[in-house]
Amino acid sequence: MAEEATKTPKREKIPRQPMPEQEPKVRAKNFDEVPFGYSPETAMKEAERCLQCKKPSCVPGCPVGIDIPGFIKLIKEGEFTQSIRKLWEMNSLPAVCGRVCPQEIQCEGLCIVGKKGDPVAIGNLERFAADWERENGTGALPPKADPTGKKVAVVGSGPAGLTVAGDLIAKGHDVTVFEAFHKPGGVLLYGIPEFRLPKEIVAQEVNFLERLGVKVECNQVVGRTITVDELFEEGYDAVFVGVGAGLPTFLNVPGKNLIGIYSANEYLTRSNLMKAYRFPEYDTPIIRGKNVVTLGAGNVAMDSARTALRLGAEKSRIVYRRSRVEVPARSAEVHHAEEEGVEFFFLAAPTKFIGDDKGRVVGMECLKMELGEPDASGRRRPVAIDGSEFELECDLVIVAVGTGANPLLTRSTEGLELNKWGYIQVEEKTNKTTKKGVWAGGDIVTGSATVILAMGAGRIAANSIHDYLTWGW
Amino acid sequence: MFKIVHREEMSDGTVILNEIEALKIARKAKPGQFVILKANETGERIPLTMAETDPEKGTITIIYQVVGKSTALFKTLQVGDGYQDVIGPLGKPTHIQKLGKVVCVGGGTGIAVLHPITRALKEVGNHVICIIGARSKDLLILEDRMKAASHELLVCTDDGSYGHHGFVTDVLKEVLEREKIDQVVAIGPVPMMKFVSKMTKEYNVRTLVSLNPIMVDGTGMCGGCRVTVGGQTKFACVDGPEFDGHQVDYDELMLRLQAYCEDEKQCYEEFCIMDS
Ligand SMILES: Cc1cc2nc3c(=O)[nH]c(=O)nc-3n(C[C@H](O)[C@H](O)[C@H](O)COP(=O)(O)OP(=O)(O)OC[C@H]3O[C@@H](n4cnc5c(N)ncnc54)[C@H](O)[C@@H]3O)c2cc1C
Ligand SMILES: Cc1cc2nc3c(=O)[nH]c(=O)nc-3n(C[C@H](O)[C@H](O)[C@H](O)COP(=O)(O)OP(=O)(O)OC[C@H]3O[C@@H](n4cnc5c(N)ncnc54)[C@H](O)[C@@H]3O)c2cc1C
Ligand code: SF4
Ligand code: SF4
Ligand code: FES
Repeated sequence: MAEEATKTPKREKIPRQPMPEQEPKVRAKNFDEVPFGYSPETAMKEAERCLQCKKPSCVPGCPVGIDIPGFIKLIKEGEFTQSIRKLWEMNSLPAVCGRVCPQEIQCEGLCIVGKKGDPVAIGNLERFAADWERENGTGALPPKADPTGKKVAVVGSGPAGLTVAGDLIAKGHDVTVFEAFHKPGGVLLYGIPEFRLPKEIVAQEVNFLERLGVKVECNQVVGRTITVDELFEEGYDAVFVGVGAGLPTFLNVPGKNLIGIYSANEYLTRSNLMKAYRFPEYDTPIIRGKNVVTLGAGNVAMDSARTALRLGAEKSRIVYRRSRVEVPARSAEVHHAEEEGVEFFFLAAPTKFIGDDKGRVVGMECLKMELGEPDASGRRRPVAIDGSEFELECDLVIVAVGTGANPLLTRSTEGLELNKWGYIQVEEKTNKTTKKGVWAGGDIVTGSATVILAMGAGRIAANSIHDYLTWGW
Repeated sequence: MFKIVHREEMSDGTVILNEIEALKIARKAKPGQFVILKANETGERIPLTMAETDPEKGTITIIYQVVGKSTALFKTLQVGDGYQDVIGPLGKPTHIQKLGKVVCVGGGTGIAVLHPITRALKEVGNHVICIIGARSKDLLILEDRMKAASHELLVCTDDGSYGHHGFVTDVLKEVLEREKIDQVVAIGPVPMMKFVSKMTKEYNVRTLVSLNPIMVDGTGMCGGCRVTVGGQTKFACVDGPEFDGHQVDYDELMLRLQAYCEDEKQCYEEFCIMDS
């Protein structure tokens, strides 16, 4: 330390600044956030590592095209307030993205510094700037255009919907968000656990939009409480549909409805939204397994397996039908899960769930798999190995093998064309649907993707909605 | 907040009626649909069927049995208090059509759920026979309203303290023997629906039942409410809550309803201690 203070080391010599975090053993038993975040000194030091490339290779890796060298330079100079403003130009939820973007395949994956060593910690820096603003900022609101008198309804309060709301309120439109749940935030609230994304942050982001003038109406199931056509009748000029891809998939094997087999959606919703992890202080119960199996290996599976540990599991195992290289979760989450003691069973798939006389799951039968020819997704298809059956004991199974399109809204809306999986068809450059005055974006268009892609889709739709409200369809 | 504007206690205080201000829902709701209510910040989301709606006044009426922590908490709410959240209308409305002779069978608080359906079936021109039952006379609810909503009302109690001595299925059997019935609607405890369905299957009479599995969101995103109907998995909150009674796997439903037994007991007992 003393040495570093006396002379600035050469930029190339500064190692990637590690993120301080809770000890694995400790954090596996609490719901507090795992990483603590950078201090201003660490952030400035990490910012130093950026080469300020003239043609930055990182920027094309960011789906919303953040001026990455730009915001990092401002951190380096200690201009944190300016830095967050630079981020806001392109991204209205930097505190969220800094935490949950799969940086290794996006911005950081393309950073030139990463060619020879560790890439610049773009995500950590983004998070730092946002957290600094939240804790020390003036709370001053960005400028807003004069009211246009046009009304926009946003259906769904996930990252796609929130982005549309933020963009259009700034452009002077009157925006109301309709959310089915009793609290806004979408997956950021009910899916991603507290220890990865504190709900306080989500609440503050929504509150920020409300201070800008966005109205948020919860408990509004569009398609039931009110339909899209009725929104137009009520005087809305445009509707954005960002209802996510929340339909759970269950494995079609015997015993799939035994007690103790949850969809990840249900498990995480009970824990995060309903705060079942604080039962009985909160009234919603959740099954606390001692010996838990999670099926799947995406972010959702990691979140489930890690939640299970925090809810008292002695064993938390992930069973995945492909191999380690195909694991789709963010690498940071896989790393965190392993550190906390989650065990991985690769190349295995359940063929049967076994129950006791009370209808509760007590185990499952699996088959071992091997990887065959690549399938449509380009990944090698897992093929069962005959006669390789084995049994796993478990008292809780969380099924995290993907989600589909929820038909509740789409089926109640005439003129909305869907693809064969039930996702909404949109025009690529504008995110217009086939129904006049209706846009869509996020998971309900692409299928389960990422926060930043949902936001990018929201941005495209917001621009097109603004054009429409200004010039016509 | 969704304010309670009227409240009644029935059935010895074990069943409570709340009329609640919920304009949008009242205007939209149809017979057979339900709402999800949450009393306060720490509360659970509880599904209850709308027993009545008043689109002009903008109110909905729920009638619930006090069985555990959440319903006990609901019971403490008085006129002027309210629910933090009410979501709906959820589920598919009952398919109301003119069929001829219809029998509506209700048990316990199922009678409350049955009431709007009975009335609607009568309004479209069916001849409606109603069979309602309870364990004893004190526990019987809505007798007057059911009488008004049907052409013929048959009452029974398990202990014989009122009406016919016996189960609703006994009375139903007499009716099925007596005349040709075009449809049966049965709503009540799961065992009741199971036995009614078993009986009507023998007589080959189409039967609708309304299922009450444990729910969270009520919009098809958690799968907690899944039930097996005709060998297929259905989500009761969006595909139901009404299903063809002859196709339902009642035994699975009964087991699944026990999922949180221990937790619920703990929660209820702590609440009762605090409340007293
Ligand atoms: C557990 C989990 C972990 C994840 N981890 C990551 C991660 O680490 N990094 C990452 O980038 N991505 C992650 N994702 C994916 C990411 O969260 C989603 O891609 C993103 O949230 C999609 O945003 P959206 O706005 O399209 O929809 P959502 O966030 O799903 O929001 C949709 C909202 O619409 C509401 N809604 C639905 N139907 C209706 C209706 N009929 N009327 C009114 N409202 C309705 C829903 O209640 C919800 O609030 C994760 C997803 C999950 C489930
Ligand atoms: C579509 C639908 C409509 C219903 N309509 C009515 C009605 O009109 N009147 C009425 O009295 N009851 C109705 N119920 C049942 C009612 O929801 C439960 O009695 C209530 O949730 C019990 O909650 P509790 O905390 O008081 O009791 P708990 O102690 O939590 O549970 C008692 C029993 O109720 C069931 N239960 C618990 N939580 C839920 C839940 N979230 N969803 C469903 N069932 C649960 C379980 O079988 C449990 O063992 C309906 C249920 C459904 C699904
Ligand atoms: S938004 Fe995501 S992809 Fe873009 S720079 Fe930030 S962390 Fe990287
Ligand atoms: S590629 Fe890496 S070094 Fe270059 S500007 Fe981007 S973050 Fe900085
Ligand atoms: S209650 Fe969640 S899917 Fe039906």
